[in-house]
Parts: sequence; structure tokens; C-alpha cells
Amino acid sequence: MTADLLETVRRALDRAGRAGAHAADAVLVESDSVETRVRGEEIDFVTQAREQTLGIRALVKGKEGLRSAITSTSDLARDAVERLADDTVLLARATAEDPHAGLPEESFATDLPDLGLVDPSDREITMEERIDEARRAERSARDVDPRICNSEGSEVSSTFSRVAYGNTTGFLSEYESAVHSRSSMPIASENGAMQTDHWFSVARHRSGLEEPEAVGSRAAQRALTRLGARRVRTCEVPVIFDGVTARSLLGNLVSCLSGYAIYRGASFLAGRLEETIASELVSVVDDGRLPGGLGSRPFDGEGLATRRNAVIERGRLESYLLDSYSGRKLGMASTGNAGRSAGSAPRVTTTNLWIEPGTGSLPEMIASTERGLLVTDLFGFGFNAVTGDFSRGVRGAWIEGGETVYAVEEITIAGNLALMLKGIDALGSELIWLGSVAAPALRIERMTVAGES
Amino acid sequence: MSDAAESTAPLTLLRDRFGMDPRSLEEVIGAVLSRQVDHADLFFEYTTRDSVLLEEGIVKSGDRHLEQGIGVRAQAGERQGYAHSDEITASSAMLAASTARAISEGPSSSGAVAVAGSGAPPSDLYPVETAPTEVPVAAKIAVLNAIDAHLRRADPRIQQVMASLVSEHRHVLVAASDGTLVGDVRPLVRINVQVIAEDETGRREVGYQGAGGRFEIARLMEEEGWRPVADEAARLALVNLEAQPCPAGTMNVVLGPGWPGILLHEAIGHGLEGDFNRKQTSTFANRIGERVAAEGVTVVDDGTIAERRGSLNVDDEGVATQRTVLIENGILRGYLQDRLNARLMGVSSTGNGRRESYAHLPMPRMTNTFMLAGQDDPEEIIRSVDKGLYAVTFGGGQVDITSGKFVFSASEAYRIENGAITAPVKGATLIGNGPDVLLRVSRIGSDLALDLGVGSCGKDGQSVPVGVGLPTIRVDDMTVGGTEG
Repeated sequence: MTADLLETVRRALDRAGRAGAHAADAVLVESDSVETRVRGEEIDFVTQAREQTLGIRALVKGKEGLRSAITSTSDLARDAVERLADDTVLLARATAEDPHAGLPEESFATDLPDLGLVDPSDREITMEERIDEARRAERSARDVDPRICNSEGSEVSSTFSRVAYGNTTGFLSEYESAVHSRSSMPIASENGAMQTDHWFSVARHRSGLEEPEAVGSRAAQRALTRLGARRVRTCEVPVIFDGVTARSLLGNLVSCLSGYAIYRGASFLAGRLEETIASELVSVVDDGRLPGGLGSRPFDGEGLATRRNAVIERGRLESYLLDSYSGRKLGMASTGNAGRSAGSAPRVTTTNLWIEPGTGSLPEMIASTERGLLVTDLFGFGFNAVTGDFSRGVRGAWIEGGETVYAVEEITIAGNLALMLKGIDALGSELIWLGSVAAPALRIERMTVAGES
Repeated sequence: MSDAAESTAPLTLLRDRFGMDPRSLEEVIGAVLSRQVDHADLFFEYTTRDSVLLEEGIVKSGDRHLEQGIGVRAQAGERQGYAHSDEITASSAMLAASTARAISEGPSSSGAVAVAGSGAPPSDLYPVETAPTEVPVAAKIAVLNAIDAHLRRADPRIQQVMASLVSEHRHVLVAASDGTLVGDVRPLVRINVQVIAEDETGRREVGYQGAGGRFEIARLMEEEGWRPVADEAARLALVNLEAQPCPAGTMNVVLGPGWPGILLHEAIGHGLEGDFNRKQTSTFANRIGERVAAEGVTVVDDGTIAERRGSLNVDDEGVATQRTVLIENGILRGYLQDRLNARLMGVSSTGNGRRESYAHLPMPRMTNTFMLAGQDDPEEIIRSVDKGLYAVTFGGGQVDITSGKFVFSASEAYRIENGAITAPVKGATLIGNGPDVLLRVSRIGSDLALDLGVGSCGKDGQSVPVGVGLPTIRVDDMTVGGTEG
């Protein structure tokens, strides 16, 4: 199978070259996935899938630059691949010349370390074992408290992937990876009102997952703490984000650091390199080679070696996140952050991205807050990368006298990310990886909370 | 290509390109069925897509994609088994069938199950002469270049223009154990324009407008098609340059016609989907017949409107779409159903079984969801508000169907002071509680409008195109999230 992937990529590149491409690259992604959900005692669904998609990019030479096009297909028959390569070149001829287009000029990855992205023994797990795990998570969620009366179910899933990438400079390589997860979404009910929350664990190796029982009971605890939620009056107070919601905040921030947003002027952080943009407590790192990391990959979507990038150091913006195109637009080198799915052009993606933990704990942070808001859920899409304006719905708990006193909901918090970053005055010490982005709990000294008048 | 030939195209495609005829479909369905299996179906999809994107004055790249596959499903009680593959052959379908039926116990029924029909939908809401993906890319690029030139002439404050034309042509076919054999050919087109404007102080703001639906892409490529979209994107960016921080707190809100119908989608639409109500996880469970909205409020979901982005001839389980009354004069009347949840709740499917692609299980989903027009004069509605917010255009929204709490963000909004629209405000987020927000609707305008055809709805990781609509309405005491206390 492996030889087939590389051979298909090579054939696509050869054909694109023969059809007149000045340069080309191709990516083939193959994945096998299984997923099950149990709700109560009953299986909800079992799914199994296999997919292969080939993506080709062709670059055709013009007087003032290269013309480019992207195509993809799940039909990998030999004639279909050759026809697609021909079509890609034809399509490219219709687009405009772009002096910045092209394959990377940086040197391609030569060392390809084993990053521990897959455990072969995980392939032996049967569907019955997965169903059993989902049942265990579901049962332990319901065993936590009689107020856990219902659920949206507990899920167990695994995806095994292979990515093969090659380009016409001769780079041709591949890697395997896997992602496994266990999740649970129970519903708590009291006095006729229902509240739900979820918890999940995700890892490259099944041995790195939290036990099904732990996932279920933590989900139940989270749902229970939401019971009795009420609104609060409109005010300005310190706001604490737990690890889950701080992660979402970091996601908003990083969308403003992509080289594409920067060169388009579509980010409030454009032109701010080497300036202090955040509290000196804040250091942000992106590292594509963390062993077992959910964002780890030996080479990026253009074949460049992944690496560790200091993005923000003690509040100072040290680096944007770049692929070779956005780098050329800004007169900088790629930071090894090209992402590439079979159906898309290279674009900037994070690898493993985190805020360096601080020294405090979440309970300490709450205890040192006289009056404020703890945010445990952020929802809605009220963030504008061009201006930094931030206004999102939240749920969480109200803090009075250094203690959480009741759950809150149906309120919003608003501010501007530029000011919010500078207003971070406490950082937790615990980092939980719920994906490829992680952040410790953090406190922002002041935000507007909108609720009752 | 004549309409009749076009509408049976999925069946022809499956036979001619992949060598699978109705007889082989019957064998696959037969292989899934056993005594315990209540329903079995096969879904085939063949989709082509292309898009061109302009930025910095040039179309730097074009793209084209082909997505194809089959999925085979078994339902036994509440259980569903599903297997899908992008390899379309009789043997891969039989393999998927055996995987799907593993959720039921007992031997296969063996033998074929008859499926019948021409493979054509009962009617065609969106026939097109030319598939959007057949229109040459060079012509699409010319349109984007014209948009760019037009906008750059329009105002010196316009700094960046990003514009794209997106085309999709999807063939689907459903064969099911109840004898269903029906296909659908679904064109889907869309234009997007985003403008970044900068004033003399260096302040930058963004404006976005889009339009689309299931019709000839030529309509968007004519100047009368793209020009209003481009002009509106520019207008929004320039308005936002003047926008002040948004007030925070509880106030009376007037929602403009059209896209603000996203309120209905988030506040009540998701909560009325059959799966959540069958499982009793929705705040609306067991509330049919109760008052959930003010008198005069009637909300429908209608998948049968010609050419709309949210419309379908048949849903992704082969059931004809329909107009379903969700709320009638304030009283909750119905849920949105797919086959599984309808069977388990003892009702009929409402033709709302939808999926993102062959790689996903169907779920109850909305189509075009809107409130019917009332009697009030829209201008009088604004005059009736002493101090409040007028919200005209929105970005995205989200809801928690269990607690009923929803949120959505305005991209164009104004203060209302003494019955008049005054300063634009930015970053307004509206938050509320689904079961009671519509109880506080105090005025309903006569100006029902549907959105321009750009909505996408996400649920459980699956995205499907949808539509919304609303007349101008006034909602009393909504919580507005802003920064000004």
C-alpha cells in the first residue's frame, strides 16, 4: 500500500510536468476511521470508513511569475489521475501570473524523526472493545449523581492516516499518524431545567487517553456545576478563563498571526512584529516536533522541516506563522507552518501551539479574585481579526469573595483582544492537551460583562 | 440536455461510469436486511466543485475537486450501522453492507430487495441549462476582475478586495429497503465579496456580502447579479469605519428583514430537530401544543422553494421535502424529522433527513426557516422604540439546544434613539433563551424577506447549506453584548 501512495504521487507529478507545468506538487491522504456512540445502554451508531484523496498543484511559467491551480479527486484510477494532472495544468493557464507563487526555496526536510504519531498495536482494537469503552464512559457519567438523567451519548473513535507528499524538486516522503478519542456528553436536570456539558480525551496513542470512566465522570461533574445558572447584571469585572476556554482565546489570537492575514492587512497585529502586544506573563510557542503531539508532523504541507517557533516571548511578538508564499509576500522565510489537505492549496496552520504555563493554579486564581467571572464555555463567533473586537456568549460561574457562588449563563463578555492580551494578570500552571492547541487558565484584569440591566 | 434526462442522471452515471445497475443496488440492500433490520439504504454521490478567488487585484489560483463515494446503512431499533467508501464498485458496496448490518443480530435475509422508480425526483425545483462547473473558469475570472475594478473606482478608502465564485454540481441517488429509488441533481452557486477599508487615521474595518442559490451561475456573472453584492460589501466596510462601541445590557431590539432570520434558526430551529426531541435532550421536548411565541408569530421550514440554497427536491434519504409549520400563531406545532427519528416517534419523515456528504450519517436538519409576515409597517416599528438597537446584518450564531441558550453576532447594527436610527455600532452580540425569546416579539413587519443565499449550518461536525428569512420584528428586552456599560 505504501509503495502505491508514493507511486501515485510520482505519477501525478510526472504527468503534470509532461503537460507543461514548470513545477508541481501533490499530496495523497489516506484514512481509515471507526467511530461508535452509545447512549444509555443502547448503541446509537457504529460507522466505518475508508477514504483516499489526491491533491495536485500545478505551477505554469509566465513572463512575470507563475500561474497556479489546485485540483483534487477521490478517483485514483491511473487514467483518472493522469486526466486530473492534465486538467490542473490547463486550469493554471487560465489564472493570473503571480511573482510570489512557487514551491519553497528553503531546503526541504531531510531528517524525518519518528515523532511517535501512531502505535501499531492500536490497530488490533475491535469494534466490540470500543463499544464497551463507550458504555463504560456512559455508565460512569450516569453513576455520578441521580441528577444525571439523560445524555447525548458517549463516543469512542479512531482514525489512522497516511500522508504522502512530493514535488518536482525531487522531494518525496510520507508519514503515518493516528488520532483516538473518547468523549461523553451527559445531561443534568433539576427543577425542570436541563444543562449539558461534555468532556473528552484525545491522543495519538490509545494508551495516552484518559480512562473511559474518568471521561464520563468529569463530563457529568461539568454538567452538574451548570445547574441553577442565572444571569448577572451588566458590569466590568476581572474575567478568568479555564484551560478549555483559554484555548479558544488562543485560537482567536493565532488567526491574527497567520502570514495571509498579515499581508492582506486583515489582522490587527499586522506590522507589530517585535512590539509588546501582550502582558509579559505571556509566551506562546508553536512546535511541530513534540513527540506524540496532536499537531506534530515531520514535514509541513510543502515538504519543509517542522520546527519550534517562539511566537510571543514575554509579551513581545517574535514571529508570525508563515508558509513559503506568505513568507515571500512579507520578505521572510517560511516558519514551517504550511498546512495542506488534499483539497486545498498550502495555507498557514499551527502545529502544536501553546501558551507557556505560569505558576498559579485555577483555585488560587479564583481565591485571589474578590468579585469576577469564571468562564467555562465560550460560544458564538463574535471575533473580528481586522480590529480585534471580541464579543462572545459565555457560561461559567460568578465569583464573590474569592469563591464561586453560583453558575451563570445567558451573558456575554466583550473587549478588544489587543487590550485583553495586555490585561492578562495571572496564568495557571496546568496545560491540558485537548487537541493541537493548549493554554493554561488565565485571568484578564477587566472586561465588560453584559447581562441584566 | 433535457430536464428528464438530467433528472435521471445519477442512475445513468452510476451504471455507465461505475458499472452498478438497479439490480446490483437491490442485492446490496438485500445483503443489509435481516429480521432485526428495520430499514436499509444506499447513498451514492458524485460531486464536482470549482472555485476562483481574487485578492490583491488578481486571480492567483483556481481549484477544482471531485468527490465521489457510496454509503450503506442499516437501522435496527435506535441503532444505526454505517459504512462508506470512495471506491464505487459492487464489491465495495457489498463489503460496506456487511459492515453496516453487523449492528443487528441474526442472519441476512439473503437475496435482493426490489427497488423501483425512474430514479427521478417528483419535481425539479432547480433545473439548470448549464451545470455551474461546466462554465469555463476563464469567464468566472473575468467577472472577479470586473468586481475588483468596479470597487477600486468606487472609493479611495477601499484597500483590499477579496472576491470568489464557487460552483458545485452534486448528483445523489438513494435506494432503500422500502423500495425507494430516487436521484437528485443539485446545482449550488455562490459569490462572496469582502472589502477592507481604511480611513485617514489608519483605522481598518471589514465588510462582507454574498449571494447564491440553486440556479444558473450566469445570473451571478451578469453585472446586475454581482454589482449589488459588491456595492453592499463596500458600503458595509465604510459604515463600519464610522461605527462606535456597542452598548451592553438589556434593551429593545429591532431586527431587519432577511438574514436576521438566523435568530429563528438558532433560537428555535435546532431545538425542534427530531433527534433531540426523541432523545428528550431539547428544551422543546414534549412541548407540542404549548405557547412558545407571541401571538402572530408563525414559523415554517420549507424545503420546496424554487432555487433557494436551502431547498431540495428530495432529502438525503430520498424523501420529498415539504413545508412544515413549526410554530403557528405562537403555538408549537411540529418537529423536523428524518426517517430514523420519525419511525421511533411514530410519525412521518418531514423530508429533513440531510447529510454533508456520503461520508456522513443523515440527521434531521433545517432547509429554509422563516417567520411569516405580519401587519406592521417596518418604519413604524423603529419609531416605536425609544432607546434600543437596530440590527440588520449578522455573522454566525450558535445554540445549546439543551439549555436553550443561543448567541449571534451582528455585523451591521445601529443605535435607536427616540424612535430614530442614529450611530452605527460594532461588535454587537445578541444572547437569549430559545423558549422565551419569541414570546417577547412585540411587532411583526409586513416586509418578509429571505436571505441572499449564503447560509451554512453546522451540526455534529456536518455542514449543510440552509436559508433563513424574517420580516422586520421588534423583540423586547434582549441582552446585547457590547463594551459600553
